[in-house]
Amino acid sequence: MNDQTPEPRGVDPWADLRDLTIARVGLGRCGDAIPARDVLAFQLAHAQARNAVGATLDAATLGLDDVIEVHSRATDRATFLQRPDLGRQLAEEDASRLPPGAYDVVFVLADGLSATAVTRQAPGVLAACLKALPGWSVAPIIVAHQARVALGDEIGERLAARFVVMMIGERPGLSVADSLSLYVTANPRPGRADSERNCISNIHPRGGLSPESAAEKLAWLLREALRIGGTGVNLKDDPSAALPSA
Amino acid sequence: MTYRAALDGTSYAFTDLKRLLARASPMRSGDQLAGLSAADDVERVAARYALADVPLTDFLENPLVPYETDDVTRLIVDTHDRAAFTPVAHMTVGAFRDWLLGYDVGGPTIAALAPGLTPEMVAAVSKLMRNQDLITVARKVEVKTAFRNTQGLRGRLGSRLQPNHPTDDVRGIAVSMLDGLLMGVGDAVIGVNPASDSLPDIKVLLDMIDGVRERYDMPIQSCVLTHVTNTIRLMERGAPVDLIFQSIAGSQAANTGFGVTLDILREADDAARSLARGTVGDNALYFETGQGAALSANAHHGVDQQTMEARAYAVARAFRPLLVNTVVGFIGPEYLYDGKQVIRAGLEDHFCAKLLGVPMGCDVCYTNHTMADQDDMDDLMMLLTVAGVNFLIAVPGSDDVMLGYQSLSYHDILTLRSTFDRPPAPEFEAWLRRQDMLTAEGRMRVSAPQQLGRVIGPTGGLVA
Repeated sequence: MNDQTPEPRGVDPWADLRDLTIARVGLGRCGDAIPARDVLAFQLAHAQARNAVGATLDAATLGLDDVIEVHSRATDRATFLQRPDLGRQLAEEDASRLPPGAYDVVFVLADGLSATAVTRQAPGVLAACLKALPGWSVAPIIVAHQARVALGDEIGERLAARFVVMMIGERPGLSVADSLSLYVTANPRPGRADSERNCISNIHPRGGLSPESAAEKLAWLLREALRIGGTGVNLKDDPSAALPSA
Repeated sequence: MTYRAALDGTSYAFTDLKRLLARASPMRSGDQLAGLSAADDVERVAARYALADVPLTDFLENPLVPYETDDVTRLIVDTHDRAAFTPVAHMTVGAFRDWLLGYDVGGPTIAALAPGLTPEMVAAVSKLMRNQDLITVARKVEVKTAFRNTQGLRGRLGSRLQPNHPTDDVRGIAVSMLDGLLMGVGDAVIGVNPASDSLPDIKVLLDMIDGVRERYDMPIQSCVLTHVTNTIRLMERGAPVDLIFQSIAGSQAANTGFGVTLDILREADDAARSLARGTVGDNALYFETGQGAALSANAHHGVDQQTMEARAYAVARAFRPLLVNTVVGFIGPEYLYDGKQVIRAGLEDHFCAKLLGVPMGCDVCYTNHTMADQDDMDDLMMLLTVAGVNFLIAVPGSDDVMLGYQSLSYHDILTLRSTFDRPPAPEFEAWLRRQDMLTAEGRMRVSAPQQLGRVIGPTGGLVA
């Protein structure tokens, strides 16, 4: 097949193949370049992802009662993106707002790299998790701004919780800009390594995990962590619980 | 030893070589994060004045990372070739920069010098160079390697076809691979980043790609980019492994973070060579690197991120790899904040690697939380092509649907071939011609997927 034997008009030879991957295949060409329609589709996806990165988390839109809002030491988005160390430390004035209690678990709704993900997925995921953990003593719900995963360690330590569950917005991709992750850490305290956590990622409505499936995995992880006495690499037998390498 | 500069009546002091190098580095977020950056632009220039007067021999006498505790430093020091170093042994960093740019210094001279250069010398001189200097010098150097085709030849541009899929679905990967092959991409390697580390799943991918290669008699090599120890195990199980991949960094501690030692790399190199699957050469390793890798593992020893990156090339060159690339924009804005920093870092990485004799390519890329877009990638891909980069990475429509970041598109490779007249590796170009995929002018025809229809069947079922 070559330029002299074009496809019949109206037949897209890629139609069936496109069903096999979400990759941008068979885009066609104008000269060497990608046709305008697909260039614009790409730009739209990137703009949406950028918006998700820049979005702020508005606790009032989450529909939750009695949340405690805290901030990291990263004072704005630009600082947050350049200083991951500041995003892992609690702002001084917020520390006193987290009195210790006899809690089994604290849930932290943290903006991370996509406040959009938290706004859209976290309320439903939280409700499913609470339902999946009957009898657990749950601390007041925390909403954390400019937060990295490890900010949960200090929050969990101050509340004297046995486990912290960070519900945090993942770095947006072009196809999904609102994917949520859950990071579970036992006996949280500052200095915990990533290898001491377990992660449930890709919670979103476009082919990702449902809130119910995520809650089920979380409940399994928490019970298993109680049994073996901790979270982290020893818990990775369940493939869904392995930490992502990125 | 303290290094000093006096400018306009103000004196600046830099208490040791690593502080001097860090302060002389172009502004970037990773060095700021590490607390190593110059306080302002004037101090940065002062550091460059001081650096210009530093004799190259100072770098031999003052290792930045201790010899006793770091095997990368030992590798650098123990393999340093004094005789090769002789032509520049009397020079300062500033004199070395000017000498490299001279008409009299050509590619063969620099290539002969490479065993006498250390990563620290090369990083230092790059800090006195503007972007155009990094390009001018790098394009003098030809670093040629070979497996089933020849990479790095002057006037040519290789490409890695990266057909990733979020769940490693073999048919999905085959579709993305077909799309790339129809645009003439993939001579450097067809390289998949797997989502899973499962050995049986990876073997399915290797079998599929190798089956297509054999069916079409393609002079290409394949790789599934899993940990080196996984690949060694796959070889033992009889999987068709062409290249062995590993991420590497510039200190022993950072490599430990990647779960790799120099001994493991030696074992990998031996294993790959013993298979002898290459037809025109035996370079069988593939490394990826990137500024910020050492810092992110807290294994940077107070050294700036670009110098640590150059030290990774000392690891690479010890194993005569077929391919090395920096994943320059992948690591995120805490290391390279925006398009300007990514572009500069890409040119530095390519320059430093080429001076050390490393067959350097690049993943021209960015994440969605970096202040960059596809226009920045256009700039960097063109600059690197002019600089003579060995190969660039491309994915369907610039969108890597597994790793969640943006690289170049297959179309971008076509654009570079047309704009700069850069055909792929000669063996691969001849294959494209045999398949009637090239026009008389050497452009890729617009081919329907049926052109290579046996890659996947008419209804998407794998024929393999």
